[in-house]
Amino acid sequence: MATTKHTLVALVNDKPGVLNRVVSLFRRRGFNIDSIAVGHSEVQHLSRVTIIVNGTTYTVEQVRKQLDKLIDVVKIFDITSEKNTTRELALVKVKATSATRSEILEIADIFRANIVDVASDTLTIEITGDEDKIESMLKLLKTFGIKEIARTGRVAMVRGTLGAPPPEDKPVRSRVKRENA
Amino acid sequence: MKKTGAQILCESLIAEGVDVMFGFPGGVLLPFYDTLPQYPQIRHILVRHEQGAAHAADGYARATGKVGVCMATSGPGATNLVTGIANAYLDSVPMVAITGQVVREQIGKDAFQEIDITGITLPITKHSYVAMDTAHLAKIVHEAFYIARTGRPGPVLIDIPKDVFTDQAELTVPSRVELPGYKIPSQGHPAQLKNAAKLINEAKKPLIIAGRGVIISGASSALREFAEKAQVPVITTLLGIGCFPENHALSYGMAGMHGTGYANKAMESCDLLIAIGMRFDDRVTGKISAFAPHAKIIHIDLDPAEIGKNVPVDIPIVGDVKPVLISLQKLVENNSRISWLRQLDEWRQQHPMLDIKDGDKLLPQRIIREIYEATNGDAIVVTGVGQHQMWAAQHYFFDKPDTFISSGGLGTMGFGLPAAMGAKVGKPDKTVWCIDGDGSIQMTIQELATLVQDDIAVKIAIMNNGYLGMVRQWQDLFYKKNYVATPLSCPDFVKIAEAYCMAGITVTKREEVRPAIDKAMAHEGPFLVNFMVEPEENVYPMVPPGESNVNFLEQPKKEVSAWQRRSTP
Ligand SMILES: Cc1ncc(C[n+]2csc(CCOP(=O)(O)OP(=O)(O)O)c2C)c(N)n1
Ligand SMILES: [Mg+2]
Repeated sequence: MATTKHTLVALVNDKPGVLNRVVSLFRRRGFNIDSIAVGHSEVQHLSRVTIIVNGTTYTVEQVRKQLDKLIDVVKIFDITSEKNTTRELALVKVKATSATRSEILEIADIFRANIVDVASDTLTIEITGDEDKIESMLKLLKTFGIKEIARTGRVAMVRGTLGAPPPEDKPVRSRVKRENA
Repeated sequence: MKKTGAQILCESLIAEGVDVMFGFPGGVLLPFYDTLPQYPQIRHILVRHEQGAAHAADGYARATGKVGVCMATSGPGATNLVTGIANAYLDSVPMVAITGQVVREQIGKDAFQEIDITGITLPITKHSYVAMDTAHLAKIVHEAFYIARTGRPGPVLIDIPKDVFTDQAELTVPSRVELPGYKIPSQGHPAQLKNAAKLINEAKKPLIIAGRGVIISGASSALREFAEKAQVPVITTLLGIGCFPENHALSYGMAGMHGTGYANKAMESCDLLIAIGMRFDDRVTGKISAFAPHAKIIHIDLDPAEIGKNVPVDIPIVGDVKPVLISLQKLVENNSRISWLRQLDEWRQQHPMLDIKDGDKLLPQRIIREIYEATNGDAIVVTGVGQHQMWAAQHYFFDKPDTFISSGGLGTMGFGLPAAMGAKVGKPDKTVWCIDGDGSIQMTIQELATLVQDDIAVKIAIMNNGYLGMVRQWQDLFYKKNYVATPLSCPDFVKIAEAYCMAGITVTKREEVRPAIDKAMAHEGPFLVNFMVEPEENVYPMVPPGESNVNFLEQPKKEVSAWQRRSTP
């Protein structure tokens, strides 16, 4: 079965050990988490976790159901098939000489990135965007020599006013087709 | 008035209806044990190894349907509970395990007997708590019991640092639980119920396979009414045994690796499989690609994560089994299905699992039947893991739920004796037989001392074949009889019993079997019968691992003769 990238969004209790519970369900199945980002949500005492994993639809759905069973997971949705906005922030420290500095600044400008630190031989650039945008900029900066990259991991949100439907409202339906029915 | 954490724990346990707990003390639990005598409502049973405490709580929970409670000290005490917690987790048994922890200030410093027990048990508990504040203890205990017994039951662990027991706080009795992340599905989706009823009404060869979920839900009579109205034959999983009376005309026994030939043939040829409160374990399905190849599948289960996990299903019904079956019963039509049932009866004639070899040999199958007859089928039977477990499942006939208690998901050798102890404590008026293996019982044999000290009248039947028999059977059938690491030299079990100040008897001949059983049951306290059984007897039928369920091996026909089961009214 082909693996695809899945975006899961969970609201979890903001308590010690909760992230451990969430992550261990992926570990057990040998998933490598592509990206995970945690922060406060609009609800007090609830954190929002955005997890991006590669897996077959079947296994990701299994993990989603298991996650949904955790007492500390209040809501979880797979928003892969919804229209959503995904963003990530990266800090990139690039080698910069007097000869290359202006060219780097130009690239940052094209990507609407900010210069957050200038040193004698480096520039630190802050960029926000989806994965493609960040990757494209990194590709251009590579030629100058990248000294350090820090990325936050992706956060995602469904577009429109409604947001993701709570899982209870989805009809309970098996997503796997029976081969010989 | 303020109370200590130890008092709050005791009062919270009492508020949850706890009247017995199985435990073993240690340094960090001293404040708790110091307080316990203030609460004579709680009977504490001192086990000899913490694994025994967890299994006893497990057996107690399965026999009574209540939450079993076990307790252990920090470090080695807590790790000794792990197997028992895992066992309860895999078989969905309601349990609260309480562990002591080092004082708060020492946590994370590798203090003496400090271990991260909530970390260790993370994947084998339904939920867990570290009680870091005495003021939160009552709420935590209340939530733990609620989580353990509701929905799909399971073990919940509470880790309590020593100084939380001694700190004082106001005891505020929690009135309700607020767990927004805890979802319990209930009735089943009405549209799916309708679809299911339609499939059932149209099916020519429907079959019910029922699991432990039926027992947990208390749905035995709902299942019976449903099956009778629609005239659908019923088979069970190992842990489903007892959820449907095995003497019922529609009962076709257990399915799977050591299931009846006719149950497995029925799964192979049915056109609709109604799976109720079971999870398509590989021991039941056999080779998955050959499983129920002609059937549409309706899966009724409380746990949405079980739907479509191992076998794709056509109609999933997520809900509590009992209300779902009651609704379905109203929706299905009366039916007769004479030719399908006739077909099953024909298979039953052709593959008579009940027949066993004639002769003078001391066969475990026959011993189990004699125990069945001696107890009028009314005992609680608890087993170890191995051949004797399968023979107990096959040759004792269970007509009521909560009477066959066995380690299914984890297959834990050593479960039998402590679990039987817990069952007897929970159901003191019932005869409890522990049918154990010579290998299995040696893993937790020290609990004989507990039986004696607390006068728990478990009757023990050891099927002493001098082997780790089930493993030997695989070596026999699939490894050219290369019996490596399976022959056992056993102690004289009767002498062992006597050393524990307990009565026992050894049986070597066929004609001594029934008198020994009668003697055990007439004896007032615990009693051990050491049956020196035929060493190289195999369990049949058997589906070889990885094979399709219909390719089961059978006892060679010429070796067997018919045995008529006495029917219990
Ligand atoms: C704790 C544990 N260790 C190992 C096994 C693997 N195992 C399954 S059955 C069995 C043999 C059991 O022997 P015995 O208790 O004598 O029962 P018998 O099969 O002889 O009836 C073994 C070793 C297990 N199930 N549990
Ligand atoms: Mg043995």
